[in-house]
Amino acid sequence: MTKHRVSATVNGDAVEFLCETQQTLLDVLRDELKFTGTKEGCGTGDCGACSVTVDGRLMCSCLMLGVEAEGKSIQTIEGMASGDSLHPLQQKFLEHAALQCGICTPGMLIAARSLLERKPDPTEEEVRYWLAGNLCRCTGYHKIVEAVLDAAREMRGA
Amino acid sequence: MSEMRFEAPKTLQAAVALLAAANGRARILAGGTDLVIQMRSGRVEPELLVDIKGIPEMNAIALDNGAYRFGAAVGCMDLIEHAGLAKAWPGVIDGVKLIGSIQVKARASVGGNLCNASPAADSVPALIAAAAVASIIGPKGRREVPVENIPTGPGKTSLAPGEIVVSILLPRRPPHSGDAYVRFTPRTEMDIAVVGAGVNLTLDGGGTCVQARVCLGAVAERALLVPECAAALVGTKVDAAALERLAAAASAACRPIDDKRGTREFRIKVAGVMVRRAAELALQRARGN
Ligand SMILES: Cc1cc2nc3c(=O)[nH]c(=O)nc-3n(C[C@@H](O)[C@@H](O)[C@H](O)COP(=O)(O)OP(=O)(O)OC[C@H]3O[C@@H](n4cnc5c(N)ncnc54)[C@H](O)[C@@H]3O)c2cc1C
Ligand code: FES
Ligand code: FES
Repeated sequence: MTKHRVSATVNGDAVEFLCETQQTLLDVLRDELKFTGTKEGCGTGDCGACSVTVDGRLMCSCLMLGVEAEGKSIQTIEGMASGDSLHPLQQKFLEHAALQCGICTPGMLIAARSLLERKPDPTEEEVRYWLAGNLCRCTGYHKIVEAVLDAAREMRGA
Repeated sequence: MSEMRFEAPKTLQAAVALLAAANGRARILAGGTDLVIQMRSGRVEPELLVDIKGIPEMNAIALDNGAYRFGAAVGCMDLIEHAGLAKAWPGVIDGVKLIGSIQVKARASVGGNLCNASPAADSVPALIAAAAVASIIGPKGRREVPVENIPTGPGKTSLAPGEIVVSILLPRRPPHSGDAYVRFTPRTEMDIAVVGAGVNLTLDGGGTCVQARVCLGAVAERALLVPECAAALVGTKVDAAALERLAAAASAACRPIDDKRGTREFRIKVAGVMVRRAAELALQRARGN
């Protein structure tokens, strides 16, 4: 079977991989490139566990094919902390206990960062609307929303 | 599993040629929010995917003499963030905004929402109410088709094999026009419409409705343009009596299914409620411009 050769960047680093047409970007990230921080929940676009950004847009990597990544710039959870220092969102998730099992957390963090890049000062409602595509079966969401709002405050220096 | 080819042509001509050569065994890929799921579940097994997102015409938004034309592959988030289009056609944007989460809207296109032909597709009633026209290209050339003539039933369209919806035209609007789309769902986000209603109307200087189009979603095998609903509004000030007649006309036009999302009876009743809310919002917007 001939595979597609795809070049892209993940968290700023050039990557090359081979994939079949059917393989999703999620499959490629996890199975070919070993970026296993991006999680699979549903595989049908409903849960957001697989959230990444592609050319700055937040999307579900389970709904995009690996071959479509050609030339694209992908950001995953692995690129969020710089070395040992956590991103403020990660720090606030810990402080607010905004995670339990942790399966939804990478997707929540990527989605929340994408919101704060667009809107440094979101209302609670805006946070809830933006994160509506990220399901969490553990926390009840409240602590996640609090953590995002707190991180936003800190990042604005307020 | 047999090998699935993938092509990303840069021109419409190349896309048409690829589809023609595949003899019906190809699928057009836009955002993939329907298609990737259908492929993964084995419901569709194309031999070739033709990714049309690299075709400039299918990805552009342009204003031409008061009319907006947007490419069928433009992502929903790009439409929502287009200030001019969102201001001109708030009702179309109401529909587009309801298409799944932020993640889904980053990928999903209106062309795909239309061509996937779900009776509950949220952008479709608003487009039909807007009198949107699709520009189509295929092996036999170009044609222009009102959006209401494209979906024919669940998962079925009037497109001939190999045809591509290239772009969608929203006509120039007269002053004092407004449109709106509302839907009923058990959850506010991330749910499928039980009933959807799109209303587009134009007032004269004195506030009388001179033109209206009303379309219902999820109450039949495809989105329904309902002339009886429009007739209930035209010539009135969209007052309580007119809204009453509008709601009754909407309920009378429904031929819904019974399913876990809502019974027939419920859908018929709620269609009246939704259409009235859409009309009230469209009226408010028309008065504001
Ligand atoms: C979690 C989730 C929630 C959702 N919620 C909603 C919702 O609330 N409301 C709603 O309406 N929808 C909803 N959807 C479905 C919505 O995302 C799709 O209908 C979307 O709009 C399809 O566009 P696409 O670009 O992804 O199309 P694709 O999946 O790429 O294509 C869909 C179909 O249309 C064909 N096609 C695509 N473009 C063209 C074209 N230009 N010409 C001819 N044929 C074409 C394809 O071959 C395919 O058969 C949801 C989806 C998900 C995953
Ligand atoms: S795994 Fe992609 S949305 Fe659930
Ligand atoms: S922490 Fe378990 S799903 Fe969110």
